[in-house]
Amino acid sequence: MATTTAASPQLGSQGPPGSSPVRSRRVRGARRSRLPYILLLPALVLELGVHVIPMVVGVWMSLLELTQFHIRDWSTAPFVGLENYRSTLDVDTVTGRELLHSFWVTVAYTTASVGLSWLLGASAAVFLQRPFRGRAFLRTLFLTPYALPVYAAVITWSFMYQRDTGLINHVLVDQLGVVDHRPFWLIGGNSFVAVLVVSVWRSWPFAFLCLMAGLQNVPEDLYEAAYLDGAGFWRRLQYITLPGLRPVNQVLLLVLFLWTFNDFNTPYLLFGGSAPHQADLISIHIYESSFITWDFGVGSAMSVALLLFLLVVTAGYLVLFRRRRIDA
Amino acid sequence: MHETTGERWGRRVVLTLLTVFTVTPLYVMLSSAAKPLRDVQNDFTWLPSRPTLQAFVDMWRTVPLGRYLVNSLVVSSIAAVFSVTVAIFAAFALSRYRFRGRGVFSVTVLATQMFPGILFLLPLFLIYVNLGNATGIELYASRTGLIITYLTFSLPFSIWMLTGYFDSIPRGLDEAAAVDGAGPLRTLAQVILPSAVPGIVAVTVYAFMTAWGEVLFASVMTDGQSRTLAVGLQGYSTQYLVYWNQVMAASLVVSVPVVAGFLFLQRYFVAGLTAGAVK
Repeated sequence: MATTTAASPQLGSQGPPGSSPVRSRRVRGARRSRLPYILLLPALVLELGVHVIPMVVGVWMSLLELTQFHIRDWSTAPFVGLENYRSTLDVDTVTGRELLHSFWVTVAYTTASVGLSWLLGASAAVFLQRPFRGRAFLRTLFLTPYALPVYAAVITWSFMYQRDTGLINHVLVDQLGVVDHRPFWLIGGNSFVAVLVVSVWRSWPFAFLCLMAGLQNVPEDLYEAAYLDGAGFWRRLQYITLPGLRPVNQVLLLVLFLWTFNDFNTPYLLFGGSAPHQADLISIHIYESSFITWDFGVGSAMSVALLLFLLVVTAGYLVLFRRRRIDA
Repeated sequence: MHETTGERWGRRVVLTLLTVFTVTPLYVMLSSAAKPLRDVQNDFTWLPSRPTLQAFVDMWRTVPLGRYLVNSLVVSSIAAVFSVTVAIFAAFALSRYRFRGRGVFSVTVLATQMFPGILFLLPLFLIYVNLGNATGIELYASRTGLIITYLTFSLPFSIWMLTGYFDSIPRGLDEAAAVDGAGPLRTLAQVILPSAVPGIVAVTVYAFMTAWGEVLFASVMTDGQSRTLAVGLQGYSTQYLVYWNQVMAASLVVSVPVVAGFLFLQRYFVAGLTAGAVK
């Protein structure tokens, strides 16, 4: 158990390669042997079969007119080239306008959710840094939403959002009297806020978990030294904590971005399949375009466009981060 | 360490707010599960008018929850066991060997994590259906199809985390075993696996949680017989009435095992994440 503490994994991998005769013989022997490939084969077959091949098929599907008339037998589906993309991405058509709307809703949703999740996670991590009574309990409590199965969590929230029987309106209208009339939360303008709150509730514990792990790598004496130099809470935060979290942030923000942008579960479970216009997030929009209208060609074209967008953003993000790291 | 009064109050306020935010839905789930149906059909109340466990009895009859539970258990357990087994072999290769294509493999596996699920949902659905029509192997609407699908979902993270764990086991142990004449597989079984038990347990729980909580593929790839909890819990709402007390009771029952498992093993996750983050 002692070998699995936080710091030890790098120690093992950082030993100079070929530092002992036995090892270098082993490595050289392995280069010739097929063993590593055989060991990787099951993982490779599964990844190819369930992810890579379906993705290639998805790209092919996006070039077909794959409506309900052709779904039983693909070979009858006419090849239409980029027609699906043209009708999907052309903002003069209804489909294109709706997709663009959905895209902007998702951008706003993702930005707000990632930002708030990071903020809450960082606050909790910073304030739980020093020991006090009840710290271990709070840490466990804060991680609970992350461990809860997504459907149990989101169904509970949808109960809380019910107009007549939910907790939110009970508190806002009956107890605090902030609003006079019971607002709807799961349809209309409020639905965006509703889904955003659930998203933050579910993802901030993950940010907390990662940032807490990241803070363990910031040396304690830095804080002591800064304190002796007279640096207050905010200065220590600015000059020690935040720079110390940079390596974690690089991965964390990207992961949160991708998860939230692709998030299907939260809106699907909260709104029961069809999202209101104001909270029409992209993955549920694609789902509806495919399975409700049974037009898989257009659905695939939208998915491929989404993937390309995510690839470009990810690549740009990584390049930007690398450049900043070299400058620093 | 030193803490000013302002910092102490700041800490108290922030942590209190976060606690309220975190606890409220958990409390609603818990208290509503103990309410009679009448309570959840009227204005919300903080406490049950008359605490009852009736919802925990009725929930098995309103929908075939037992069948969904068995399906979820079977699918998640088998997927977790296979996922971890496959990941152990892959992680052993990545940790102990340098070979051509090693980098490409790692990057590709992690990259599949960023693909929108919806992108391969449609093709996979059609592949399963057509494969079934052509060969008679039932993957669509069967537990087998779900198992195969789910075990790939947890695979990338499992491989990544186990590689970190295996890297932390000193190679001196391998070498000692090699001197004793142990082949690579015996080294894996007798040296590496015993030292990596916490990591393997943590990854198994993670794989189980991933399968237990998956919604998108479950909603498309299952029928009445193979339906899992993720879809089945939506059955408590009829056109006229939602049995909120029973939904909350069922949610509680299906959450407790995974939450307990995760919280019990949380420090291994922190250790695994730290290992990954500093690399």
